[in-house]
Amino acid sequence: MYETLVEKDTLCYHCGDPCRETKIRFEEKHFCCNGCKAVYSLLSENNLCTYYNLEENPGNNAATPFFKDKFSFLDDKSVSAQLMEFSDGDVSKVTFFVPSIHCSSCIWLLEKLYKLNPAIKSSRTNFVKKEVSITFHNKEISLKQLVELLTSIGYEPQINLIDLEQKKQKKTNNKLYIKIGIAGFAFGNSMMFSFPDYLDAWQALTPDFKMVFSVLNILLAIPVLFYSASDYFISSFKGLRKKILNIDVPISIGILALVSRSLYEILSGTGLGYFDSFTGLVFFLLLGRLFQEKTYATLSFERDYKSYFPVSVTLVEAGSYKIIPVSKLNIGDTILVRNQELIPADAVLVSPKGSIDYSFVTGESELVEKRQNEILYAGGRLSGPTIEIKIVKKVSQSYLTKLWNNDVFKEEGHAELSSLSDKIAQNFTFIILGIAVIAGGYWLTVDWKMAINVVSAILIIACPCALALSIPFSFGNALRVFGNNKFYLKNIRTIELIKSITHIIFDKTGTLTWQQKPVISFSEKLNKNDEELVKSLTNNSVHPISRYIFNFVKGHEILPSEDFVEISGKGMLARVNNHDVRLGSAAWIGVENEQPQTTEGSVAHLLIDGIYKGAFIIKNNYRPGLENVLQKLSGDFKIDLISGDNARAKDFLSKLFKKLKIVGELKFDQSPFDKQEFIGHLQKSGEKTLMIGDGLNDAGALKQSDLGFSVSEDINAFSPACDAILYANQFEKLPLFIKYAKSSYNTVRISFILSFLYNSIGIYFAVIGALSPLIAAILMPLSSISVVIFATLSTRINAKRLGL
Amino acid sequence: MEVLFILIGVSFTVAVGFLVAFLISVKKGQFDDQETPAIRMLFDDDVKN
Repeated sequence: MYETLVEKDTLCYHCGDPCRETKIRFEEKHFCCNGCKAVYSLLSENNLCTYYNLEENPGNNAATPFFKDKFSFLDDKSVSAQLMEFSDGDVSKVTFFVPSIHCSSCIWLLEKLYKLNPAIKSSRTNFVKKEVSITFHNKEISLKQLVELLTSIGYEPQINLIDLEQKKQKKTNNKLYIKIGIAGFAFGNSMMFSFPDYLDAWQALTPDFKMVFSVLNILLAIPVLFYSASDYFISSFKGLRKKILNIDVPISIGILALVSRSLYEILSGTGLGYFDSFTGLVFFLLLGRLFQEKTYATLSFERDYKSYFPVSVTLVEAGSYKIIPVSKLNIGDTILVRNQELIPADAVLVSPKGSIDYSFVTGESELVEKRQNEILYAGGRLSGPTIEIKIVKKVSQSYLTKLWNNDVFKEEGHAELSSLSDKIAQNFTFIILGIAVIAGGYWLTVDWKMAINVVSAILIIACPCALALSIPFSFGNALRVFGNNKFYLKNIRTIELIKSITHIIFDKTGTLTWQQKPVISFSEKLNKNDEELVKSLTNNSVHPISRYIFNFVKGHEILPSEDFVEISGKGMLARVNNHDVRLGSAAWIGVENEQPQTTEGSVAHLLIDGIYKGAFIIKNNYRPGLENVLQKLSGDFKIDLISGDNARAKDFLSKLFKKLKIVGELKFDQSPFDKQEFIGHLQKSGEKTLMIGDGLNDAGALKQSDLGFSVSEDINAFSPACDAILYANQFEKLPLFIKYAKSSYNTVRISFILSFLYNSIGIYFAVIGALSPLIAAILMPLSSISVVIFATLSTRINAKRLGL
Repeated sequence: MEVLFILIGVSFTVAVGFLVAFLISVKKGQFDDQETPAIRMLFDDDVKN
């Protein structure tokens, strides 16, 4: 984005992009385009120039204006009602997701919206969630006008089909905070009241004091037991009903033993019980829960085609245009699709022709040329002039979207798989119950009171608090380390699952290749004049290949071109400075022997005044470090490659595979369904699969696979449902990430051993009948804290060691 | 020693006060967004228009 386009970079005052020409000026300031200038003049008119003082060049590039009526669908009552959070006769409140929020200037400006339009009462930005909530007078400004206002200052809200179908669920941790607050409050106070007990002064207290301390402790424990700790009871109850002993079962047993033993001691007047340990235990457990619930507010791991597809379409009805929500689209409707817009449902082309970019849908990287009456599949992106299409299938029944009707998408993830701690909990619970029974049986022969004491003490001290904390803190820390490296995991279970993976399957387009930055070369040598001609010609076109060539060619001056014609799929020509300049395919230019030959990418031949000058070769670039990544991974995993693209790249990849001695399969021309089936097949043969893909075409495979990672150039842009999102420029680190995940797993194992050690010490005291509240009060926090420290330190040190 | 009853009462009341303040702050959404307010407080107030 920041390549040098002009010798001396003049940065746009608004957005900070380099200015290609220096003509656009306003109030002594340079702008890269008229869009940016317009935003600046709007803000300066309204005294909002503080925007530019808070951060340098804070704006979002406004070069491409939105077409009129883009947001007309918001005038539809049913649509606006769905989006609105609250609305009465006068005031409405709405919250938008605005991906372009990125700095403090954004916050400032978006909270000053009322200055731009008095109908806006107030607005509030949430920087982390990239959301802005706006309260406005709905009679004076419509939702559509509001969205247009936001868009006009460079903050276009992202409105998806999914927002319209279901109300956004506000996911907050509020309940957890309250639970922790109450448990922490009870813990602190309870410890204070138990202090005489720690000093062995309980028996010396007067009955009045005993009474007050006991009552207060019980009062403190009640909300902790019934509110703060309720999740553990509910979870273990649910587990037991399904005949699964999860980690919450021994925790619940421990909690119940603690509370009943304490009540017994207080009622019988023998002591103050262990209410301090009980409240502390719940407090620490909940803290662990808070720590592991690291969520990425702006990322979504559950996206389906609905968050990719357009919300509205332009319906052509008796010659006039009407914007309707896509949900109201019927078979037989004719709609208008503009350049860079998506095709919402399978349709036939009504216009003579159009070129469609299916790269995201099928993995095919070349534009596909379609003629009248040919079928267009949903999800393709139009590249070129506006076309009209006639819908033949409903949105949800289209070729690609049918994928989501498959059974894999109806399952509730892999929730039923028992996790590491649950597996350990099973054995653990039986061992503890065994010890309790044996010790209780032995003491019963001595003294029944002592037997009750010992059994309850064992159950108390064996409560696997440290055990339950080791996973949240080890994996929770690892999750943060990954996050710092732009590898975003859905939850901590993903780390656990990485360990069991045996087989990795890659997609090609967008995953192994780097579409944004192709390698360009020119077969001959261009002189300075010709360079300027090519640059001026390609400046007219928005076709991706033209843009690449434009950026590649040096030339400084853009000359005016006349009679520019662009022929989709063939090439373009124009008269530049009285030269006839043509750039295009071999057949169109009239080159007979197609040289240079290329196996990967596209070729554009150049003809100036009828003289053949050579050809630009645009190669799909493979991600840097690809060879390295494959080599490192091939040591531990079986590797396959499965692509929706044609077999053009086969030579290169099979050579690479051979060189690295990988005996994986290379499959090309695979449909999204083929991919999913391929994964399912591997799973049946006992493999644990990791699918790494990027587009909608991988959605089925990502979901089917035991683990699915999605590679994304822009993490706020669409990525299909998956377990983790990998920022594309971190692709090289993939083997490192996997290694780190495994090392975190080992950390958990060591902390398990550590917490078992503490448990054994505690159980020793319990079995000999010497567990005093003091020992319990020391041992429980000590074990928890030391496990937390160990887990945190060792995951952080491991990360440093690996260079993450 | 009996003065302890008063002290316990006072300390407990103060602690409850803090708990209530915490609960109110959670309910009011102060924990929903822990990033933006930190930035917002650094903005200058509008002097006069």
